[in-house]
Amino acid sequence: MKKSVILGALTVAGLAAGAASAATLDDVKARGQLNCGINTGLVGFAAPDANGEWSGFDVAYCRALAAAVLGDPSAIEFVSLTGKTRFTALASGEIDVLSRNTTWTLTRDVDLKFTFLGVNYYDGQGFMVPKDLGVTSAKELDGATVCIQTGTTTELNLADFFRVNNMSYEPVPIETNAEAQQQFLAGACDVYTTDASGLAATRATFETPGDYAILPEIISKEPLGPLARHGDDEWADIGRWVLNALIAAEEYGVTSANIDEMAAEPTDNPEINRLLGTEGNMGEMLGLSADWAVNAIKAGGNYGELFEKYIGENTPVGLARGLNAQYTDGGLMYSPPVR
Amino acid sequence: MTMSSDAPKESFRLSMLIYDTRYRSLTIQVVALMAFMLAAAWIIDNTLQNLAELGKPIEFGFLSEPAQYDINQALIEYDNQDSHLRASFVGLLNTLLVAVLGCALATVVGVIVGVLRLSKNWLVARIMTVYVEMFRNVPVLLWIVFFMAILIESLPQPRAFRGADPEASMLLGDSVALTNRGFYIPEPLFSNPLGDLSVFGAFNISLELLALVGALAVSLFLSGLVKKRADRIQNETGIRPTTWYLRLGIVVLPLIAILIALGFHLGNPELRGFNFQGGIHMRTSLIALWLALSFYTAAFIAEIVRGGIMAISKGQTEAASALGLRPNRIMSLVILPQALRVIIPPLISQYLNLTKNSSLAIAVGYMDITGTLGGITMNQTGRELECVVMLMLCYLTISLTISLVMNWYNTRVKLVER
Amino acid sequence: MSDLSYVRKEMLAEQSPPATEIGIIGWLRENLFSNWFNGILTVLSLVFIYAVFSAILPWLLHSSWTANSLNECRQQVDAAYGLAAEGGCWAVIRERYLQLIFGFYPSDLYWRPLLAFGVALVALAPVLFTGLPRQMLWFSPFAPFLVPWLLWGGAVWLPLMVIVGFVLAYVVTRVLSAVMPGLLAVPVAALAAVLWWLYAVAPINDGLTVLIANQRIDAVATDMREQADRLPGEIAALDSRIADLRDQVATSEAEKDALFAELEEDHGSEAARQAVLQAIADLRGPRDALAALEKERLGLNEDLSHARSLLAGIEELPALRERRDALLAEQRMARGEEAEEIANQLATLDTQIAGVVDELGRVGLVPVESRKFGGFMLSITIGLVAITVSLPIGVMLALGRQSNLFILRAICVGFIEFIRGVPLITLLFVASVLLNYFLPPGTSFDIILRVIIMVTLFASAYMAEVVRGGLAALPKGQYEAADALGLDYWKAQRLIIMPQALKISIPGIVSTFIGIFKDTTLVSIIGLLDPLGLSNAIRANTAWNGIVWELYGFIALMFFVFCFSMSRYSMWLERKLQTGHR
Repeated sequence: MKKSVILGALTVAGLAAGAASAATLDDVKARGQLNCGINTGLVGFAAPDANGEWSGFDVAYCRALAAAVLGDPSAIEFVSLTGKTRFTALASGEIDVLSRNTTWTLTRDVDLKFTFLGVNYYDGQGFMVPKDLGVTSAKELDGATVCIQTGTTTELNLADFFRVNNMSYEPVPIETNAEAQQQFLAGACDVYTTDASGLAATRATFETPGDYAILPEIISKEPLGPLARHGDDEWADIGRWVLNALIAAEEYGVTSANIDEMAAEPTDNPEINRLLGTEGNMGEMLGLSADWAVNAIKAGGNYGELFEKYIGENTPVGLARGLNAQYTDGGLMYSPPVR
Repeated sequence: MTMSSDAPKESFRLSMLIYDTRYRSLTIQVVALMAFMLAAAWIIDNTLQNLAELGKPIEFGFLSEPAQYDINQALIEYDNQDSHLRASFVGLLNTLLVAVLGCALATVVGVIVGVLRLSKNWLVARIMTVYVEMFRNVPVLLWIVFFMAILIESLPQPRAFRGADPEASMLLGDSVALTNRGFYIPEPLFSNPLGDLSVFGAFNISLELLALVGALAVSLFLSGLVKKRADRIQNETGIRPTTWYLRLGIVVLPLIAILIALGFHLGNPELRGFNFQGGIHMRTSLIALWLALSFYTAAFIAEIVRGGIMAISKGQTEAASALGLRPNRIMSLVILPQALRVIIPPLISQYLNLTKNSSLAIAVGYMDITGTLGGITMNQTGRELECVVMLMLCYLTISLTISLVMNWYNTRVKLVER
Repeated sequence: MSDLSYVRKEMLAEQSPPATEIGIIGWLRENLFSNWFNGILTVLSLVFIYAVFSAILPWLLHSSWTANSLNECRQQVDAAYGLAAEGGCWAVIRERYLQLIFGFYPSDLYWRPLLAFGVALVALAPVLFTGLPRQMLWFSPFAPFLVPWLLWGGAVWLPLMVIVGFVLAYVVTRVLSAVMPGLLAVPVAALAAVLWWLYAVAPINDGLTVLIANQRIDAVATDMREQADRLPGEIAALDSRIADLRDQVATSEAEKDALFAELEEDHGSEAARQAVLQAIADLRGPRDALAALEKERLGLNEDLSHARSLLAGIEELPALRERRDALLAEQRMARGEEAEEIANQLATLDTQIAGVVDELGRVGLVPVESRKFGGFMLSITIGLVAITVSLPIGVMLALGRQSNLFILRAICVGFIEFIRGVPLITLLFVASVLLNYFLPPGTSFDIILRVIIMVTLFASAYMAEVVRGGLAALPKGQYEAADALGLDYWKAQRLIIMPQALKISIPGIVSTFIGIFKDTTLVSIIGLLDPLGLSNAIRANTAWNGIVWELYGFIALMFFVFCFSMSRYSMWLERKLQTGHR
């Protein structure tokens, strides 16, 4: 039973919000709201505007998921999480899905008991240096002072990289990207290392971006994606296929502009028809309405549109598609068939 | 005939547990104990059940696994292949370092400010009031972040020291470099080193340091003997022999002799590669944290000191000036010793606060125990319960130790007074 | 006889003191240069003041207040004060101050937290200022129920029913104490109150809600249908206006950027500078209009999605109820795992139905989840709740610590010393990662409630020490007098000891509150959006990425204003109490 918070505080039993029960989908539907874990603030991926509305690339996935499940992209409760609190929040059932640029690793999948729903951004750890340092390769960084964000896989990668190459370095651990940026600009560290997307996003907001270079070496694989708890495969399926639908929509040329038209009646392409629910019963199989994918795509656009809107080359973040292009364009974005 | 008789001896009835004051306190205590045990059992049972559900039984094996991360400031040897336990220990030492440094500086600044707030100099008194109010009324976390930002933005980076006509230069005859990566100061070096002493194979202590500390202890003891003798002569004859040069010599000469024997010299930092090499590197994070904690706590200590001084009645000052003592001697010989009795108990709790506040080090990336055990280790291993419990135990031990030591000192001061 | 007088007869006229002892010079000599040491101190102080102001003032004076991004701030400062000028970008505060104060609280409901804190102040006023009429005290006990209701919302009868629980406890105590000793009566009364809250409040609340919901359902459905039909059109109209305005703003912005590029090329000619400033000033009107429109759209969007979901809920309601009845019938037959499965389904169904019915039958305030709390409002809420709740706990702990019951004392001392021995941040770690483990499986508290719980425990330990100080300061005669009057322990505490001890403790309580209030900044470390956490989130916006001093400065200033006024109050009170005792 839903009870007010005051009452709830008195009746501890009333606070058993049925968290972490077997069927997340039912909980979400009953609640009428998706609880989505996001970053406390990362340029291009999650940030609140003056009205308190969150937006960004990671946030967009949450909105698409809420639209697919509940038919309303604004039926979300955003829970901002730090690198430290994100996994416990997901494990304890405080959030239904975590979309907080989290790297897919074996230990997180197996030991921490989460299910990764796919990859929404292929990233890798890179280095940024001031140009007048005269460094052109990460191999020349012996003895350098390196700014890293704690609570991520980057510090482990960094330790490995310098150990393998027999170099020494001085780590400067930092909590947030904003502080790292400040230290790097002031020269308190020679090098700033984090995911290449983060480097580009950070560089874009400098007063003189041209004075800084991103080194060619990418020292790690960082497949970032949303994740859910182990043990609820139906919910994981929904999360996975919402992401796939966004990617597939781009492949088939379904955009937020033409989707109403395409969803109105079956097109020539059966794949599109199955995706948009004009053919087959994919929605029903997932436990959703037939127009789940339509809602998801309408929430913000297909994968490509989201990319361009929040982190693409025309935004201040200015990322090229690179690995994140469709496989047809030489990238890694590849949605399994909707069949 | 009347007979006084004892009240009839009642046999024990159950209601006496509540009505009879003899048993009532026992009843309450037993009930309280049972309630407490029940609550504890309930929590432990819940925890075990929850952890079992998550498949994370409580175990501390992860502590011996390689930590895999680097720590920039390690007082004992450490590299990323060492265990989580060692990483935690490195963090603990860092916590202790900043706590000790912070308490020392906070005391010095606090006493100076507290005395200056009572100064007759209008301007100085006002500035000190502004300082105290500014620091007391803004959260310490903000101050830590502020100090870090100020150091980073205002000091030159190492690159600025390079070139024929550098923008920045080293101080004190090229021996000290103040950069925004930290302060580089000369380090003591020995040309005839004695080597290191390994303690339990866990970490090394330099024998030179041990030799110096030992020599200092012995000479201080000898100097104490000289003072005692002087006291005795003064008591007997009323004339105090001049002993300061003798005592100074006893303390200083052996130290100098050992230093010369070991071939003591200073190693200056030099700009090589990206950074200064050699010398002692005090990182910006340490300095920012140290200064912020010290100045924040000093504002409270200043108020304590001021309160302590004002608690000494004016008659004491007047009596002291009537004896012909100069104002600074009045302060050091008459006022402060008495004020200390009022000052020390709250001072202890300020030291405790400073130590606990040092856990905010993660805001500036200083790798204290909260940053290692409660930060990266917890995050990488996912062992929240174990890490947080160990973290709490560490702080609890430190706090209780400080309390005990300072309380012991406090009672000693009191005894001396009487 | 000649007058041989050696005594002067007429008074000498009063001479003015030497010029060095009066006026400004005299004041300076006395207060700044009374001896060489003070002279040096004065000179050093002057140098220090000059250094501080020369570093900060130009930056403060060359500030930008109207830009809408850090880049534009730089442009505006460059255009107004020359290309080399550096200045503050206070525009970020202008844009975000409401967010920094209220967090994510719905903007049309800002009156509620304001009113709540007003109520709290009015309730505290008679306690804090003895000069006020005593009748105001009658209002104070209601504030603890009124304030949470205003902040979190909910049905209007909820706070009333919570109060009824306390009244019930009081009545039961009075009735029972006639027939049994207080030691038994009090726990029984407490049990009665808890039973009332646990088992009576929810059914009554639900019953009332359903009653009202059934009456309203048709009217609401019509209303929602009307909204669902009307709003899409309005939104579309608004969208086109927004799109036009956006284009207009984008064009003007591009023009402004071009103008600034020109300015940089010709190294700051007066005309170019004026042009850029004018362009930025001209942008303000359209931008404000755009922001207003976007806000309106956001509101309409919310209304629409609310109307739609409620409508869907209303339409679904009969079917849901039918299914519930069917499930209930099935449940009677089912056994074992099957029954559990059905119970699960029923729970979900109940939540779904309750969601709709609550919405329909609400007489009161719109509920606001605590996740929406942020900024200073979050800090103040945590501080206020923690202090209010910790006061009774602290009193109990202090009494326990002073009592001669060994086990009770040991438990209290253990608790107090444990909490005081660990830093608050570790307790916040407990709140964020461990507290859910301590509760029965499946229970989940909101993170903000968890934090409030831990901060309350933290505050209780400190409060206990403050109260203990107050108890220790009472003369022993007071205890003995109470004993002599034949009062029992609780009566003595209630009538003699506590009123006096608490009065002496008020300064200590206020400084504990200041400490707790400042410590709430720590919640940013576990990801809550208090002012510091929000400053980080604001910097994640591409427009404001790279801003440091302005946000920290604003936050520090706000904290200073709050804490400084409270500490002044505490000092005033201390002085007053001192004279009162002599």
